[in-house]
Amino acid sequence: MYEQVMISVKDVSKTFTTNEGVVNALDHVNLEIHKGEIYGIIGMSGAGKSTLVRCLNFLERPTTGTVCIEQHDLSAMKEKELRALRTKIAMIFQHFNLLMQRTVLDNVCFPLEIAGVSKREARQKAAELLKIVDLEEKAKAYPSQLSGGQKQRVAIARALAMEPKILLCDEATSALDPTTTKSILALLKDINERFGITMVIITHEMAVVQEICTHVAIIDQGALAETGRVEEVFSHPKTEAARKLIYQSGGKDYSLMHGRKCIRIVFSENSSFEPVIGNMILECKAPANILLADTKDIGGIAHGQMILQLPEDEIVANRMIAYLRERRLEVEVLQDYVG
Amino acid sequence: MLDNQMILMLAKEAWITIYMTLSSTALAYLIGLPMGIALVLTAKDGLRPHPIIYKVLDFVANIVRSVPFIILLIMLMPVTKWIVGKSYGPTATIVPLTIAAAPFIARLVESSLLEVDRGVIEAAQSMGAGTWHIVWKVLLAEARVSLIVNATIALATILGYSAMSGAVGGGGLGDVAIRYGYHRYQVGMMMITVVLLVLLVQIMQYTGTAISKVMDKRNR
Repeated sequence: MYEQVMISVKDVSKTFTTNEGVVNALDHVNLEIHKGEIYGIIGMSGAGKSTLVRCLNFLERPTTGTVCIEQHDLSAMKEKELRALRTKIAMIFQHFNLLMQRTVLDNVCFPLEIAGVSKREARQKAAELLKIVDLEEKAKAYPSQLSGGQKQRVAIARALAMEPKILLCDEATSALDPTTTKSILALLKDINERFGITMVIITHEMAVVQEICTHVAIIDQGALAETGRVEEVFSHPKTEAARKLIYQSGGKDYSLMHGRKCIRIVFSENSSFEPVIGNMILECKAPANILLADTKDIGGIAHGQMILQLPEDEIVANRMIAYLRERRLEVEVLQDYVG
Repeated sequence: MLDNQMILMLAKEAWITIYMTLSSTALAYLIGLPMGIALVLTAKDGLRPHPIIYKVLDFVANIVRSVPFIILLIMLMPVTKWIVGKSYGPTATIVPLTIAAAPFIARLVESSLLEVDRGVIEAAQSMGAGTWHIVWKVLLAEARVSLIVNATIALATILGYSAMSGAVGGGGLGDVAIRYGYHRYQVGMMMITVVLLVLLVQIMQYTGTAISKVMDKRNR
């Protein structure tokens, strides 16, 4: 069957004029997203992915080019039509963007209120949505009482309130720990399957794309480097930008590692935001081999552990251990660790 | 010094001070709140950018605030007379107080509204909210704690201004302090009025802080 085109981006460019001159945030982008797809747009920070996603609902107007949602050209719409359309294109964000002075339930009611739905009806609908995201018992809580993952669930319930056709996710899991990320992605996938909502997932993490996306577009310096089905782009990346993103988590040069000393690091909830290992490697200017890394959810708190193989050079290895201990991580030197 | 008559007089003047402060603050908010909202909306990165309106409002807000209140009080006498019918007395004082306080309040409102997270505003836009929905349901609702804290500051400042109007026979505790303390050298009376003014400010500050604490749902 011929798949219905949901979003079509034709030759879209966006330039910003800043004090330092003109910046080309998007450079002749062409994209076609079909109904029901989960489309990942991945790129390094500053590649233009946030601008691109905001062009899809015209929070940013493209400088040139057209964006069509179900064949309707957004640039031809009046402000009022555009607002009506936006109720059908929901969006969730990296920092959740909940109303801090409203309860969870009232946050979910918000888009319904704007649309003029009666308070009673809105509350009823909101309560049902909270059930979908598994947060019924938090209806009367305020966002400040919730964890990051719970906040994103509220945001998802809020996004679903107007029964959207499209859900735009702007780095929706980037502020979350790995376990929570997994559960949010699972929820998104479930919603995609149950309601057939087309999703656009903006991310800088390949793991997110691998986890749920059907298609992917790789954006580099405002231009699309590569688009296609995820498996395809993964197994045969054609461009340098794609390779960079795909190999960011694997493909290390193992020949560099001859070290024997292994350490185990435990991450508590508050230490998982800083890229400690990355910083350690930069600081000590020597590679460390990650032998094992996982996260466990213990009583609602994420506990991560990692086993690292340090370089042979004792001085460097000890500096790394000292560095990690400075970051208040629990470091345990393992004798004769066999991976 | 403090006979029944004096106590009665002080109570009456304290009430006049409260009357002047509350009514001019209320009136000043009628002007300052929309002005503050307009400043935020018409600013360069606001929801409805409009450089000309913004510059005019910005200019007005600055110019009124840069005139010392005591001078403004005298300058506005003809206007006051035209509005109230006379240029002295508590009710007449409300006119210059309101005019002096409105731009100040506009600035306070502006700074409160600018504290609202841009991301939340963007989220509302992405849901199809129009400008008025965003003003009412996002900007004012989310900034309410800051608005109340600033309203307390406004009240205390206007109370201070109202005391100055004593210089031109405006009535109230400031008037008492000038008439008895300055013109008749009754330092004791002056001290009593000062203590009363301090008490009033304390009560306002305490009430304002208490209300804002109850209303804030961010840190629970």
